[in-house]
Amino acid sequence: MTETTAEAMSCQELVELVTAYLEDALSGEERRRFQDHLADCATCQVYVEQIRATIRVAGRVTAEDLSPEAERDLLAAFRSWHG
Amino acid sequence: MQPTAARDELAALRAGDEAAFLALVRQHHGSMIRVAQIYVGSRAIAEEVAQEAWVGVLKGLDRFEGRSSLKTWVFRIVTNLAKTRAVREGRTIPFSSLRTPENVPEPAVEPARFRRHDDPRWPGHWAVKPNEWPEERLLAAERAAIVDGAIDALPPSQRAVITLRDVEGWSSDEVCNALELTETNQRVLLHRGRSKVRKALEEHLG
Repeated sequence: MTETTAEAMSCQELVELVTAYLEDALSGEERRRFQDHLADCATCQVYVEQIRATIRVAGRVTAEDLSPEAERDLLAAFRSWHG
Repeated sequence: MQPTAARDELAALRAGDEAAFLALVRQHHGSMIRVAQIYVGSRAIAEEVAQEAWVGVLKGLDRFEGRSSLKTWVFRIVTNLAKTRAVREGRTIPFSSLRTPENVPEPAVEPARFRRHDDPRWPGHWAVKPNEWPEERLLAAERAAIVDGAIDALPPSQRAVITLRDVEGWSSDEVCNALELTETNQRVLLHRGRSKVRKALEEHLG
């Protein structure tokens, strides 16, 4: 262990850094501490996988449908714009 | 230089191609409402703003020079209209949740699920652990629209960020640009939104 080694990351700390980790926004040192913790902690691996699953499912949410009336109004606007 | 597909889309719109216009509307309208909702008070007004924005898009289409993407430009029209509308409604601090999301701490996971900080062996480690989610149960949650409901229940700024990032698949740069957010604030809002949606899934999946 070297003098520059920061204190190990706790699980509670890790869950607050998941997004920054996935966004690749952690500093080199933070990223190392995050990865060191994750490598040894099966529970945090489950947590990170849950966040990834959350993102996956969100990506399959379909955008809400436009009401037929709204669509008709917009098309009419488009026609009159072009005409 | 715009990619070919973007130029074709613009050319089709300018030529009055209704299918191209409808495709664009269907792709973005829901997100436009969610973005407008950050600024204006109600869903109904946000819907009006989104409609109004399409009229603005049509008015500006011939002058649009393609320096930004069509999407970025469309959403800039939405935010500008929504802000104007918010001022007219007398909402004087509608953007505070975007600017200073850190003011009120919102832990991603309830503190009670971790061991106390003075725990002699494992301070800050899991006390109540999350369980693995079997894929078939996740699919059932998807069919039950748990995530849709959880996103709808988020505060407007978190809802807009997660919609653009995770539902629509925008990059963080695009979202920062459209919502005039710093990268840090965007990340905080995304983090809080995702954490709550995860929690909703966990409550459903047990």
